[in-house]
Amino acid sequence: MNFFPRVGVDIVLVSHVAASLDRLGEAYTKRIFTADEIHYCASNPVLAPARFAARFAAKEAALKALHLDDEGLDLRNVEVKQTPGGWCELVLHGAAKTKAEAAGWASWSLSMSHEGDHAAAVVMVLASEGKGDVLAR
Amino acid sequence: MTTTTDQIRQILSEHGRLAQDVGSLADDADLYQAGMTSHASVSVMLALEGGFDIEFPDSMLKRSVFESIAAIRAAVEELAHSHAGVPAARN
Repeated sequence: MNFFPRVGVDIVLVSHVAASLDRLGEAYTKRIFTADEIHYCASNPVLAPARFAARFAAKEAALKALHLDDEGLDLRNVEVKQTPGGWCELVLHGAAKTKAEAAGWASWSLSMSHEGDHAAAVVMVLASEGKGDVLAR
Repeated sequence: MTTTTDQIRQILSEHGRLAQDVGSLADDADLYQAGMTSHASVSVMLALEGGFDIEFPDSMLKRSVFESIAAIRAAVEELAHSHAGVPAARN
């Protein structure tokens, strides 16, 4: 079976996320992030905005890698999980999982970073050939 | 009297992070071309939900719904009428 790469990247301003946290509160966090994501991010109030920002970037990066064009998707279906080793993994649920399977996602990796007012994430995917729009994209 | 469009413009002004004044944008102007990022569109969505007492279903959490003031207005009116049990007006 042949595989082809897919990638998505996103960058978010931490200050914008901080403003949304302040102004929208739980309406913001509970609509975008899972309970586990909220628990981890909120565990350090100083780093919380940067952590939320990085995870938002991860979700957007995953959507870009999925090549969804103009489809609606609950961002909580794309979850960032902390591993005991300290790195993060992307876990897909519901419609995101279904779309990834349809697109032939065989394996994927996530990397995030944040410094100052910037948070970024990249999602790398290996998708099996014959699924999804290989030639169209 | 504040219209739906006025309220949408106010929300965009507060949450849209646009690179230009909302007042200068036509109803059909592309908001993403005006500087709205994906994160800002999510904040706008949440503010619209709070401001109009509506909830965007997953099917409407997509780029095109928030691409212009006119598109947002159509979505808000559809959801508001649905919430009230009234069919949306067709213009």
